[in-house]
Amino acid sequence: MIAALKRTRWLTYGLLIIASLFFLGPVYLVIVTAFKEPAEIRLATAWHLPQRWYWQSFVVAWDAFSTGLRNSLILAVTATVISAMLGSLNGYVLSKWRFPGANIVFPLMLFGMFIPYQSILIPLFQFLRDVGLYGGLPGLIVTHVVYGLPITTLIFRNFYAEIPDEMLEAGKIDGAGFFGLYARIVFPLSIAGFVVVIIWQFTQIWNEFLFAVTLTRPASAPITVALAQLAGGEAVRWNLPMAGAILAALPTLIIYIILGRYFIRGLLAGSVKG
Amino acid sequence: MRRFSRDRLTAVLMLLPSLVVLAIFVYGFIGQTAYVSFTDWGRDPAQALAVSPQLNFVGWDNYQRLFTGLLESRFRQDLVNLVFFTVFFIVGSLGLGLALAILLDRGVKGEAFFRTIFLYPFALAFIVTGTVWRWMLQPQGGVNLLPTYLGLPRGEFAWLTSREQVWRFDWNQVPSITAGIVAVVLLWIAWGALRRAQHGQAFGFAIVGLALAAWGLAGGPGVELLPFPERRGFNLALIGVIIAAVWQMSGYTMALYLASLRGIPEELREAARVDGASGFQVYRHVVFPLLGPITLSAMIILGHISLKIFDLIWAMAGPDLATTSVPALLMYLRAFRGNQFADGAAIAMVLLLMVALVIVPYLWSSLRGEVRR
Amino acid sequence: MRRLLAVLIAVGMSVVAANEVEVFHWWAGDEGPALQALIEVFEEQYPEITVNDAAVTGGAGVVARAVLRTRMLGGQPPDTFQVHAGDELILTWVVADRMEDLTFLFEEEGWLDVLSPDLIELISTPEGIWSVPVNIHRSNVMWYVPENLEQWGVEVPETWDAFLEICPTLQAEGVTPLSLGEAWTVVHLWESVALAAMGPDQYSQLWTGQLPFDSPAGVEAWELFGEILECTNPDASGLSWQQATDLVVDGEAAFNVMGDWAAGYMYTTLELEPGTGFGWAASPDTEGVFMVLSDSFGLPRGAPNRDNAIAWLRVSGSLEGQDTFNPIKGSIAPRLDSDLDLYNAYLQDAAADFAVDRQVGSLMHGTVGSDPFRDNFFLALDVFYDTGRNAQAAASAAQAVALQFGVGR
Repeated sequence: MIAALKRTRWLTYGLLIIASLFFLGPVYLVIVTAFKEPAEIRLATAWHLPQRWYWQSFVVAWDAFSTGLRNSLILAVTATVISAMLGSLNGYVLSKWRFPGANIVFPLMLFGMFIPYQSILIPLFQFLRDVGLYGGLPGLIVTHVVYGLPITTLIFRNFYAEIPDEMLEAGKIDGAGFFGLYARIVFPLSIAGFVVVIIWQFTQIWNEFLFAVTLTRPASAPITVALAQLAGGEAVRWNLPMAGAILAALPTLIIYIILGRYFIRGLLAGSVKG
Repeated sequence: MRRFSRDRLTAVLMLLPSLVVLAIFVYGFIGQTAYVSFTDWGRDPAQALAVSPQLNFVGWDNYQRLFTGLLESRFRQDLVNLVFFTVFFIVGSLGLGLALAILLDRGVKGEAFFRTIFLYPFALAFIVTGTVWRWMLQPQGGVNLLPTYLGLPRGEFAWLTSREQVWRFDWNQVPSITAGIVAVVLLWIAWGALRRAQHGQAFGFAIVGLALAAWGLAGGPGVELLPFPERRGFNLALIGVIIAAVWQMSGYTMALYLASLRGIPEELREAARVDGASGFQVYRHVVFPLLGPITLSAMIILGHISLKIFDLIWAMAGPDLATTSVPALLMYLRAFRGNQFADGAAIAMVLLLMVALVIVPYLWSSLRGEVRR
Repeated sequence: MRRLLAVLIAVGMSVVAANEVEVFHWWAGDEGPALQALIEVFEEQYPEITVNDAAVTGGAGVVARAVLRTRMLGGQPPDTFQVHAGDELILTWVVADRMEDLTFLFEEEGWLDVLSPDLIELISTPEGIWSVPVNIHRSNVMWYVPENLEQWGVEVPETWDAFLEICPTLQAEGVTPLSLGEAWTVVHLWESVALAAMGPDQYSQLWTGQLPFDSPAGVEAWELFGEILECTNPDASGLSWQQATDLVVDGEAAFNVMGDWAAGYMYTTLELEPGTGFGWAASPDTEGVFMVLSDSFGLPRGAPNRDNAIAWLRVSGSLEGQDTFNPIKGSIAPRLDSDLDLYNAYLQDAAADFAVDRQVGSLMHGTVGSDPFRDNFFLALDVFYDTGRNAQAAASAAQAVALQFGVGR
């Protein structure tokens, strides 16, 4: 019995380690490729360690990607903050100020986060052109704020549903109105909600590609577009795409590793009810 | 009281801008796309790139060409690719995610460590994943080299560039195949209703299901979409894309399952064990049935990600490779590279319809459940 | 005070911004140095203007053209952009009324007398002249490494029949007879094969609509094409054109059909000597025919820095500009007064051929066939693969594309 238990124990760890290799294998390959000299990169020796650790690829990649990284940073930070603020307000209204028709309005809002964005891309393009926002970051920010509203509203609504109505009733008796209740009771309790939403939105926007590739001109293109361009361009020398992939992945990875707990809450919230 | 209703008004006013914006950006734009899909925008190059193009109404012509036109061969293969990709991607992510969750749920040391490793790909951009896996799947390097480290011969599979196709069928059979699949689903629902002793419902579903099955077997083959047979099938080049997608998303299903497993009271399992159930039987009879709802949620989420898959394929195989293409990619190419906006809009509407078929019932049922609660 | 400073900075920035010229093109990486050299010439002559080098990479400009069209539709044209001379220019941009007539510039600079008249015809309509050609490339060239051929004991095939004969020999040696790359290089190969199968007269009739694509000659071209594809590398779709060239250079493949920018790549980037490091011949069955393509720069309506763009065009058409750009790019100059001593052995050979050969236009590189035709011609390839290389089906598909999108002028 005990021997059998031990065996399954070993089996469990064995399987976990095999799975870990599957998940970490690509990381290993990326790192050894990024640190090889271009001349040393050959298909047949792809898994070998670099003979000499070579930093230059990152310098070149930084040159190639610094604009993209800067664009992505401006884009992700601005759009995240705005959509989080709006989402918080919307969630507050939808959870604490139920109004007739809310049951219809809310699912209609939510549908907006599931649509394939191809189905709005042509009119969106025309719209941004007509208001003079096509091509630059402001247009992309507006886009991400608008299409981020459903998810941020959803997360905050579910979050605020946990705040007991009695607390707000008490506030009302003290004479607080719509904004007073928000400022004094709801907002201070929202910090965790904001962290979840901000992490979620930042990651989504940082990683987004379809809007980015359609709506920006090269000078304003975010990092995903820059990386796709470099990796898909002519005569791929793999050290640069790999170094670029590391640069593009680092911000979201760091957030994930530091704030993993909130990250998981965000993705659970992504499934409507959680 | 007056104070409250004024606040209520303020509340609605605060929500209103978001509602108006979403009404325009989601529903208004969908409407406009639908309109474009019924025009000829892009057929005449002089109009396609003109400052203010003249559009003519052409009805369902664009849709008809997509499904039955000689030149829209790629769209049809893209649809087939999408179906196969979706099935394998969902099955793979659920299967691997569940396996990992069960392993982690057995009280292993270093759980947080393993969890971090399994979930980190989810934080990456599809573009990053695609770039990395494109390098992993180079035919003469990467994954194909791994067997050599075990003393085996090098793998020879051409991954992303393979042109092999298996499970081939004729596009003209699609109506009957679809009818068959829907019939099976309906009959399954009928069976469920029968078990719950809802005889009326069971009867209704069974009748419709059988009728469809009969049509599929008998009348369906009479429908000729194309004047010639067109072989479609599962492109083996997609396997690499599926692996990369599962690599990225199975940590997500693991997290969902793990949360769900943790929610199962230990007493339930204990009770089963006292009754003499083996480890496997506990899972089979106690745990798995309780994972039904979260599996459904995960399927929906993965399904809609899969239907929209775009960047991963772009980065892995490039947008021009027809063997791994999907409608989301083709829409972009048509509209924004070829400037055949009407064709692009029609593809987008087909895509939207597919997503809506998955999402609308889900939203409806989960929110209805919430109201009832 | 602070405010004044802000205004001053804003003004200063707008002045800086105004004094640039955005040059939109798809020459990057290995093709970049030639344009860099041209930019240096420009900046010498116009030191006050900064060149904004807006490169968008990706095979044969496929990606760049998408970006460009989106920008033009979005009302944000660059100051000047690279465009293939011929139908790509005329049937995409001129018919949509997006270009400015450059006849005045041709007259001021005297280009009407020094530029190849065949080329001027490609960029003109009765209403005007629409771009400034900077180079001439040849599409139908077959590349090889002489030493390797000797080692395998094969000759350079003058006909496709001869090629198909040596194909099994090479395959038995473990060598790919003909290396091929991603989708557009397949179309590139197709045009040379079609030219070979149909001959220059019939090939040219395709683009005037006189000969349908599904005529017997058209079907024959696809049949030959299918046989040739049997001799290519299976991982083609994952390779860029440079990687396909590398296969030949590395001795993994015997031949490659590519435009003569491949010579530029092998000469400038790989530092191989023309004639010994690499060899060339007209692609099989096309000796004496020069399949032309030419890159040019145009002036879009609404260019933000129109004057600077015109300055750029002046330099692009000048003798100094062209004789700086082309030897590095691996192309010959459209100017007839170009100094051939500056060019390497391959290019001198190409210039000699250009002077005497029969000229036809390239489909893949925009000389013939409208953009929509070319974009959708890839569908015919899909049909070809999907039907197990059925020549009739592919030819019908090509003809259907021609009927739906129009084929040429």
